[in-house]
Amino acid sequence: MILKIKHYVIFITIGSLISCQTGPKKVSEVHAKQLSLNDSIAQIDSIDSYITPFRNRIDQVLDSPLAYASHNITKTKGALNTNAGNLLADIVFEQTKPIFKSRTGNDLDFVLLNYGGIRAVISKGTVTARTAYEVMPFENSITTVAMNGRAIRELVNYLVKSSVPHPISGIQIVVDKNKNLQAVTIQGKPFDEERIYYVATSNYLVSGGDNMVFFEKATSITEIDYIIRNAIIDYFKKVDTIAPVIDDRFIQKK
Amino acid sequence: MIASYKRNKMMNRRKFITNTVAGGAFVGVGGFNLTSCSFLSKKHITILHTNDVHSHLDPFPKDHADFPNLGGIARRAALVEQIRKENPNTLLLDAGDIFQGTPYFNFYGGELEFKLMSKLKYDAATIGNHDFDNGLKGLLAQMPNAKFDLLSANYDFSNTVMDGYVKPYNVYYLDDLKVGIFGLGIALKGLVNKKLYLETKYLNPIEIAQDISTSLKNEEQCDLIICLSHLGYSYEDDLQKPDDLKLAAQTEHIDLIIGGHTHTFLDKPTVRNNRQGNKVLINQVGCFGINMGRIDFYFDAQKNVAANGRSIHV
Repeated sequence: MILKIKHYVIFITIGSLISCQTGPKKVSEVHAKQLSLNDSIAQIDSIDSYITPFRNRIDQVLDSPLAYASHNITKTKGALNTNAGNLLADIVFEQTKPIFKSRTGNDLDFVLLNYGGIRAVISKGTVTARTAYEVMPFENSITTVAMNGRAIRELVNYLVKSSVPHPISGIQIVVDKNKNLQAVTIQGKPFDEERIYYVATSNYLVSGGDNMVFFEKATSITEIDYIIRNAIIDYFKKVDTIAPVIDDRFIQKK
Repeated sequence: MIASYKRNKMMNRRKFITNTVAGGAFVGVGGFNLTSCSFLSKKHITILHTNDVHSHLDPFPKDHADFPNLGGIARRAALVEQIRKENPNTLLLDAGDIFQGTPYFNFYGGELEFKLMSKLKYDAATIGNHDFDNGLKGLLAQMPNAKFDLLSANYDFSNTVMDGYVKPYNVYYLDDLKVGIFGLGIALKGLVNKKLYLETKYLNPIEIAQDISTSLKNEEQCDLIICLSHLGYSYEDDLQKPDDLKLAAQTEHIDLIIGGHTHTFLDKPTVRNNRQGNKVLINQVGCFGINMGRIDFYFDAQKNVAANGRSIHV
């Protein structure tokens, strides 16, 4: 063997009597092992060279500069909102609003994404499509839901209770030092429990992801058919500098 | 009560195997081995398998946190080639989720994955939930690049564009032996967007498996029956949700289940009793092409070893 493979070869004989009668062919012995594809195995160059032009093309597209980040953009700094979360939610709002308007005639009210969906930091410097793949490797797409005021209250309560800086845009939530809700404003106006709101989120969350069960109460769902990562890439292409900040969209008063 | 009794029994069995394995030594239970039959000119079939490769064509980077410098299809090609030289009677199989996970899929829609699997001479694969990620039309578009069989017995594509492109099973002839292989897929509702799978019908995998394996055994007279399953290894908390362990226990005639979906790293195959008390092997090798499973089946030269008289070395 040219390979250094861990063998899990342990001998167990199961079964007892073996009789030599004529009959159908039967398995007499089974050996199993797991082969690790490590660097002790020399690759077949013709396979690798077949991939090379595709790899080069991907690298060229993914690594072409699209924008510039003026500082590190991370979800790990900030209490109830972060610059990474704010950037993503703002991008989804900006990219979705015109599509939603043209499909439904309605105005998008706000965006809610999930904190766990941000998978990487955006480091200060050149931003590329690869950055978008790192931040958002999933194929989640933008979905909009119509929700009544009662369901929106549940949504807000979920955010307050979890105290996780889930990305939001278009909504402001203020809680006091005991985490009691003080104010909710949507598009700059006080929350009105009597009306319908239009919320953009990801199809993952609408289908019950992250236990955001309030989305089950949506009165209607409109698919935007726009992969979140593509919305991010499209945004990167149209701006020069990315400089999101932690702001007051979700805060706890001291 | 019955279920828990069975489970205890299985746990004891598992414990027994684990303990035996932990010893790392030869243990002959009952003291009988294959001494009564000739080993001369034994037939030998090698099964190589992957699952959940998820478009990982290149090895992981050397500084990767989880899988540094592991995987890569050019390496896998070398290993497969070498094993085929040792034993030409080798089948290369995949248990689904070939697509999605690197930009190769986002850019080329699975073309490279299927073309390279064809270059490696894969014999068959089943369909994972992520293989629907570009929709039925996306999968159809890649079918000309697949020189291997796509097998699924419990997805009914008859009202879709994929009609006619997927077989429930196929029989492979190696060294005068017949190997029957069928595929099983996971429930799509709630897992895959309906827009992607459209009118694909999901049928009860365990019922289908019992029917197909019975006909592979009795009508096709297969010498070895393999299930490529993308059901997932085990859902202990959900007795209704089909998984590979339930599939093994609730069917007859399957010799080997090659699993996927749950990205389960089994360092050795699990051995379970089927409904008739015969041994079934269940294996899964994690994900992303960082491992390949190898299972060697030896058939007695006189083709006459009694049922269940097999020694399993895992």
